[in-house]
Formats: sequence, structure tokens, C-alpha cells
Amino acid sequence: MPHVLVVYTDDEPGVLTRVASLFRRRGFNIHSLTVGPTERPHQSRMTIVVDAEEATVRLAVEHLRKQVSVLEVQQLGDRPKVVRDLALIRVAAGLDVRSEVLQLAQVFRANVVDIAGDSLAIECTGGPDKIDALVDALRPFGILELGRTGAVAMARGSRASPQPRLTAAPQPASNQAMSV
Amino acid sequence: MSKAGTHTGAQLIWECLTREGVTTVFGYPGGAILPTYDAMVDFSIRHVLVRHEQSAVHMADGYARASGRVGVVVATSGPGATNLVTGLATAMMDSTPLVAITGQVGSGVLGTDAFQEVDITGITLPVTKHNYLVTRAADIVPALREAFAVAKSGRSGPVLVDITKDAQQGRADLDWEAAEPIRHLRHLPPPLDPEALARALELIRHAKRPIILAGHGIQMSGARAEVLTLAERADIPFALTLLGLGAVPATHPLSLGMMGMHGEAWVNKAIQEADLLLAFGMRFDDRVTGKLKEYAPHAKKIHIDIDASELGKNVPVDVAIAGDLLTVLRALLPDVPVADRSKWLKQIRGWRGDSAVRDIKNLPDDGHLYAAHVMHDLWRLTGGNAVVVTDVGQHQMWEAQYYHHDAERSLITSGGAGTMGFALPAAIGAKLARPEAEVWVVAGDGGFQMTFAELMTAVQEGVKVNIAIINNGFLGMVRQWQALFYEGRYAATPILSPDFVKLAGAFGIHGQRVDTRADLAEAVAAARAAEGTALIEFRVEQEDSVYPMVPAGAALHEMIRRPATHAGASAIAETGSDPV
Ligand SMILES: Cc1ncc(C[n+]2csc(CCOP(=O)(O)OP(=O)(O)O)c2C)c(N)n1
Ligand SMILES: [Mg+2]
Repeated sequence: MPHVLVVYTDDEPGVLTRVASLFRRRGFNIHSLTVGPTERPHQSRMTIVVDAEEATVRLAVEHLRKQVSVLEVQQLGDRPKVVRDLALIRVAAGLDVRSEVLQLAQVFRANVVDIAGDSLAIECTGGPDKIDALVDALRPFGILELGRTGAVAMARGSRASPQPRLTAAPQPASNQAMSV
Repeated sequence: MSKAGTHTGAQLIWECLTREGVTTVFGYPGGAILPTYDAMVDFSIRHVLVRHEQSAVHMADGYARASGRVGVVVATSGPGATNLVTGLATAMMDSTPLVAITGQVGSGVLGTDAFQEVDITGITLPVTKHNYLVTRAADIVPALREAFAVAKSGRSGPVLVDITKDAQQGRADLDWEAAEPIRHLRHLPPPLDPEALARALELIRHAKRPIILAGHGIQMSGARAEVLTLAERADIPFALTLLGLGAVPATHPLSLGMMGMHGEAWVNKAIQEADLLLAFGMRFDDRVTGKLKEYAPHAKKIHIDIDASELGKNVPVDVAIAGDLLTVLRALLPDVPVADRSKWLKQIRGWRGDSAVRDIKNLPDDGHLYAAHVMHDLWRLTGGNAVVVTDVGQHQMWEAQYYHHDAERSLITSGGAGTMGFALPAAIGAKLARPEAEVWVVAGDGGFQMTFAELMTAVQEGVKVNIAIINNGFLGMVRQWQALFYEGRYAATPILSPDFVKLAGAFGIHGQRVDTRADLAEAVAAARAAEGTALIEFRVEQEDSVYPMVPAGAALHEMIRRPATHAGASAIAETGSDPV
């Protein structure tokens, strides 16, 4: 069963390797991993979707918490959350089927971002299920290229939802961050 | 390269080590670390020149385990750095706090396959707690201070700091306070959960057949007194892991002895029959649990460890408490009720049964020298007061069975990694950490040949360790598995050795050979009396096996016992299954 982890780390080269290496070594199955900057300088945020049993995910969380460069790990679990994935899909769309494809895109609230002679590029944002459904719907036309970002997730706001414990990070004393 | 700054990067390294209280480092020079060696002479830190960088890590490891301080290693880039890997993995598995400093090629040529460039931070990522690549002099002090903090905090372990040559040569100001580390504080154990404590107490209160599983964490946490108080008050016996030996005294009336693959049969039996296990600072390694599915089937389990990722990793537990053992036990103790569990203790004593009869040390002297005799006699002759540093193999298990460790930090051995070649260098480190201690190496003929070049380090540094080589002419532990599980096909396990007495002579140290038990005491006395390092080769029975034994993958109570009638050579297995 997929579990969603949100991991805050220091923004320094090598962190992604550490996290990826940890998952590989311990045999935790990564379904998707995305990383990007946050509203705070020097901090990155990862969304990791792990395919594993609850107990295994708990171990993965504890291992992440031992990493010096990791500030905070949230396991979104059953909490209400927003999970979004972005897909770019180039689909074969000659003039004969073009309007059909456009209609489908509209139904999924997807945008056409490129029009070529015999194909369209469609951008779609949404939960992984929605994107899977769009991809399935487009498949009969012929998908020429498909790129997905992997999930980015956030817990929905509520009185109970704890703020991440963002202790001020010291200027990274480590590391590759300071390479020339 | 910055011209400003009060210190060179190289000076900052030594300044930092000095302020961290380091008095001894173990290392080997080379091009990329030369600026650091050049600056060393102005500081009063002792440098021990090793004969191989792997040994430098084992020495620092022995130093740290003997003393509780952080061991420090210095090496050059490329092959110097890669030679550290086995030592770091050994320290990682056994949670030894180390800081390894490696030189690296200049930052300008990083990533170009420059001469002696290796990606040592990449290579050591899984065998260190954390590592750093430092490319500017100004980053040296923050990185090193944090490295020491990380090495010591939580579950301790090795940290590597790779410093480019230009960072060593560059200049920066020394701003100690600004470099105060804080990131290691991010993941301190959570506050104790009163509910978990209450559930633990409830289990202890109701247990009829409880056992404490005493691990390495006890001495790392300094919780010896608390463990003993709990054991005595609640009348609970304790079984020890290999690294737990000495954490609580072997001769304590509640001590059962070692558990696991080569643990005493009645200890494993008691664990299998127990209704409560109190796991203190141990991690349910496969060498202590045997087949997980059948492990301690009747027991509730309380697991206390500082590393939350160990809780529930191998064995599902009923109460899991992540925390420093000392803190947790102090919270528990006031509510642990006095109890009398003499019925349970008596039952365990009953299981000892014929064990004493089968015990090799009680067999009549048949003119053969058995390793078990050597260990038993060494224990008696040293009054049990030596620090024994063992290598890996049969002799390691015999030492664990027959040398009874009462004192903390009196057994130093590679447990998790099982690294052959560990003993001699680790013993040199231990002796440097505790010059007043009598230090003994117990090594096999195989393992000793892996790192005996360090004899010369001992000589050069004026270090006295006493060495017992248990020469059985085989890679004995592997031969034992071949005898038991591979129909006695001894592939690549017979091993020749040099004339160890002559070898000792070549190194200029005392050397002696012992073939019979009758000559043992005199040889030990001579070695102890010798001024410097002294070596005794014990020619022991060649095809003896370590009993009892739980074959890998078998349940803990399915032990192969020493045949009662015959103590010697080719013991026939009572199980034929391939263990791996
Ligand atoms: C570096 C390393 N290589 C291989 C092994 C596998 N191994 C474990 S015990 C052993 C035999 C050790 O032989 P020896 O040092 O003579 O000790 P004995 O078992 O005979 O007492 C071997 C090869 C190991 N533990 N470490
Ligand atoms: Mg041998």
C-alpha cells in the first residue's frame, strides 16, 4: 500500500543520495520521490511515496530521522491530504480525432500546451488516480511520450495538524554544498 | 585560496582536535594530507604510525571501546582512504564513535579522476553515520565539531571528514563558538511515554519467567548499576549478547552467560521458555535469535534502545521504548516491585543438567591442548582482570565462553561485522587508551596473519600487549561449518603459518610456543613479565569445534551439542541441513 512521506532536509548536495541510498540499502520500495525548494532558504522538501507495509514505513521514517541533514519527517498516513502529480502527455492526434482528444482533455481539466501537425501535448495536474484515468483514456489514440513528476503532497490544514518542527538549520557545516 | 585568516586549514584541524580533547590519533601520511601532517608537529597530539590504514581504524576503534572516548584516524586520499572502509564498517556495526579525517585532491580538480582521487564520501556513505566533503578552510571547524558531536550522540558511530588539499592550505579565522554544532540535536529520542513505562511495569509485575537480554547498549549508556538494581530487586536473571559481555558481571549470581548461536544451551532454552524478555540495548541480531518465527514464542517483549529504527526491526515487541537506557531505567526503577523468582531460577539451573559434564574444560587432560583450556587458564592466571581483544572465529567464541568478564570494557571484539584482523590493532589502541590495563590479544592463526604487520607499530610505539595465537592450522570456524554442513570438504580452510616464534624474533619481541597444557602457565607468566609486546603460539587441537551451536537459520533451542563421550576431532552433526 502506498504511504506518503514529507521530508524536510537541509538544501545541500548529497542529501538526495543519502535518502535514495538509505531506501535502496534497506530495501524500502520507492514509488516516487520528488524534491524541490521550500519557502525557507537552505531547506528542501521531499515527497516520497513508499510502497510498503505500515511497519516497514515506520522503520523508514525512523531511519530518515537519523540522518543529520533531515529536519523533519511527516508520515501523512490517513490524514486528509492533497496529493498532486503533473503529467505531460504527447498523444497522436491527427485532424480526424483531434476534436475528440480536445474534448477528453477538457473533461479532465487538462491543458493543451503544444500543438503539432499530428500530435498534441497535454498537461494535466491532479491526484495520481486522475492522471492514470486520463492516460488510460488517451491510450487508444496512441501515446507518443509520457512524463510524470511523481507526487507532491501536503496535509490539509486543520486545527490539529502540527507544524513541522523547523529548527533553525545552522549554515550547513557540511559538505558538498560548499564545493567550488 | 584565501590569504586572510589567522590559521591555515591544517592548523585548524589540529586546533580542533586539541579542543575536542584528542590526545592520540592513528594514521598514515600521503600527498593529499601532507599539509595536515606538516602542521602536526606544532601540536602536542600523539600520532601513531600504523602499517596499514585499515589497522588505523581498528586501533582507533579499540581505543574508543576501551575508553569511551572518540577514536581519531588520519589518512590520505585515494588508496589511503579506501583502506579505511573495512574499519569503518566494523565500527558502524558495533556503534563505535570515531572521526576519520582524509585528505582529498584539490577542489579545482575534484571530479576529474585526478591522481589519487576517489569519491570517499560516496564510498563510505553506508558505513558511516555521516560524512563531509570540505573544500574551504573556513568550513573545517564547523565540519569537525559537528563530526565529533554526531559520532558521540544518540547511537554512536563513525564519521568521516574528507578535506581537500587546498582547504588544508587555505586560511581562515578560528571561530570556535560560531561553529557550535546543533544539527545532531535534531533527532534526540522523544520524551518518555508514561503509558509505555506503565505497560512495561505491568509486564514485569506479572512475569513468572522473565529474562533480561543484556546488550552493548548497557555500557554505552553507562546503565550497569541500574540494570543490576533492576535484576536484583525483581529477581530476574540476565543473558548476554557477545558485545554485552562485561556490561554486567559474568560472576553475578543472576548472570546466565552468553545467548545465541554459541551461547550456553540452557540459556537459549531459558529464552525459549521465558514469558517476558527485557531487551536492554541490544538489537535482536540473527546470531542471537536464530529462526525468528520460533524465537521466544511464549514471551512478551520489552525492547529499550536508543535507536528507534531498531525497535520492531527483527522481532515484534509488546512495549518499545526509544531512549537512553540509563534514563529509561531510572524512570522505571522506582516502580519495579521486589519479587522472588527462585522457582524460575531453579528451573533454569535444572536445565544446566549435563552441560557441565559435556563442558570441554572439565574433560581430563588427554595430552591434547584445547583452545577452551587456554581460555579458561588465561582467565584464571590473569585473575579475570585483563582487557581481552579477540579476533574472529572459533577462538573468539571460546574466549566468550571461557573467559568470564566481570568488568565493563574488558572484552573488545568485532561483533556485528566479524572482521578478521581486528584483534592486534584494536588491542594496540586499547592499550594506548588504558596504559594501566593488562591487554591480551586472542587471535586465530588465520586472522593474525591478516594484520600482524602491526607488531612493528607496537614496537615502534613502545606498546606492550600480550598475544595468544590459537593455532589450529585451519580457518577453524569455516572448517567447522564445512565439517557440519558440507560433508567435511575442507575447501580452502587448511592454512599454513610462519614460525611464529621466529616471527616474534624478527620483530624483536618475546615469542614462545606451547603444545601442552602443562606448559601454559609458565608461558603466560613469561609473556606477562616480558618488557614489551609478547607472543605465545598455542598449538591446539586442529579439528575441534565450538559447541553448543545453533545452526544458522535453526530455532534457538535446536542446538548441536558436544558429543558427551568424545571431546575431540570430527564431531558428527546432529543436523544435516545447510545453514546459509
Ligand atoms: C575479513 C574476513 N574474512 C573472512 C571471514 C570469514 N571467517 C570467519 S571465521 C574465519 C576463520 C578464522 O580463522 P582463524 O583466524 O584461524 O580462527 P579460528 O576460527 O581457527 O579460531 C573466517 C575465514 C571473516 N570473518 N573476516
Ligand atoms: Mg585457526
